[in-house]
Amino acid sequence: MRVKSLNAWLALACLALPALSSAESGGHIRVLAASCAACHGTDGNSVGGTPVLAGLDRTHFILQMQAFRSGERSSTVMHHHAKGLTPDEIEQLAGYFSAQPRSIGTSPLPLGAL
Amino acid sequence: MLRREFLKLLGAGAAIGTFPGVARAASAAQGRVIVIGGGYAGAAAAKYLRLWGGAGLEIILVERNTTFVSCPLSNLVLGGSKRIGDLTFNFSGLDRYDIKRLHAEVTAVDAAQRKIVVDGGDDLAYDRLIIAPGIDFNYDSLPMLESAQAQQNIPHAWKAGPQTVNLRAQLEAMRDGGVFAISIPKAPYRCPPGPYERVSQVAFYLKQHKPKSKIIVLDANPEIVSKKGLFTKAWAEMYPGLVEYRPNSTAVAVDVAARSVQTEFEAVQADVLNVIPPQRAGKAAQMAGAANIDQRWCEVDFLSYESKVSPRVHIIGDSVAAALPKSAHMATSQAKVCANAIVSLLRGESPDPQPVFANTCYSFVSDKLAMHVAHVYRYDAAKKIMAPADGGGVSDKPSEQEGNYAQYWARNMWSDVLN
Repeated sequence: MRVKSLNAWLALACLALPALSSAESGGHIRVLAASCAACHGTDGNSVGGTPVLAGLDRTHFILQMQAFRSGERSSTVMHHHAKGLTPDEIEQLAGYFSAQPRSIGTSPLPLGAL
Repeated sequence: MLRREFLKLLGAGAAIGTFPGVARAASAAQGRVIVIGGGYAGAAAAKYLRLWGGAGLEIILVERNTTFVSCPLSNLVLGGSKRIGDLTFNFSGLDRYDIKRLHAEVTAVDAAQRKIVVDGGDDLAYDRLIIAPGIDFNYDSLPMLESAQAQQNIPHAWKAGPQTVNLRAQLEAMRDGGVFAISIPKAPYRCPPGPYERVSQVAFYLKQHKPKSKIIVLDANPEIVSKKGLFTKAWAEMYPGLVEYRPNSTAVAVDVAARSVQTEFEAVQADVLNVIPPQRAGKAAQMAGAANIDQRWCEVDFLSYESKVSPRVHIIGDSVAAALPKSAHMATSQAKVCANAIVSLLRGESPDPQPVFANTCYSFVSDKLAMHVAHVYRYDAAKKIMAPADGGGVSDKPSEQEGNYAQYWARNMWSDVLN
């Protein structure tokens, strides 16, 4: 079932670019993906301390999220997110992040001693 | 449309028009959007309007302060592991998004005429208005704390900045054996676990430097509002004998000069007193007439964050009436749903009918150890609310790994909203 749905998604991905397909649904996935930015940076370009999601292979992303859901991969935080997402959302997020260009995320400089 | 024409359209930076086989509105988003408030919610909304709305939008950010001071991590200033300057930024990183910044006070919001007035009397008209004012304090029950002078003695420190620094200075000046008392208002208030993180940070400081001292927690709520098991255990194990927790203890009066707080049951005398007052939607939301729930919080449509009572006025962040935590991550998630919806509305399209987002909130119990609460929230079309999905929850225990994640949560947040 898992393999079948992944293949179905990959087949669909050949027809439409992921970023465009997300725009088709009123920006639904880009908004969900953007809420990952708190820990993983804008468009998945983390400034450090957490994995970079931008440009991550989509199959790798899906398999990691499935492992967080099942507990096969232990985590401190990610299981709470992975279990709250539907398989479809995970697949669409995988497509979205895999299509994001990698860049080095930077944090603004604090103004220092005040 | 031929593929090469389609690519030319993309290259010209126009909104995506028709895709082979898919009918779409070809119009780009046009219009002026004013954002009042440059905190986590407002700054994120302004940036993502540009990222998703394209060059056709005029985006104006009106913020009274020229610096951004992060409330997240500001309790660490009290614990001594951060300085306020580490959490203070300017807004110049937003300039690359062609956001017009106006550092001015909003004096009126005229939702009927679709304009705002700023100090000096100038009007600014808008097509859509986003109000992200954070919280305002309600001093009806504690009028003696309203003046700036009273707050010198008894700071709330619930908006990070000079009051945070003041409270830290008072703790440093306190004698060993002194009493730090904190009063927590009834929920809802900004940052549900924040008061208990503050208790932990003050305990962290006192244990090292003033171990004979005591912390008295006067909580108006019947129990710890967030991460209860984790905080209770952390206080018992890390700071034994230091923290005395008293539930159902609403502050009803304060003797400002004496630093004494009265509840319905007792008077508590403190050396350092921190009263966090009851809260409501920020002033700009009140001006717009949008604070329609108990004249306190703003009822919104969760697909667009448009006010239920003020058309074309969108409210995001802590001012929203919802069973959602008033956290910085929640504020940015709401900002993104709102920005995306406004882009759709200005194109003449309907907003996404099924928004989904996440919230992660960390609390530090020492300089290094932190713990989280995290949930995914999904729109419930029957109830018309954002409801927590199954699978969310809290840490098993505070850990150094989560402390490091929390530091990078903050850095990624600052990057996401200010850079």
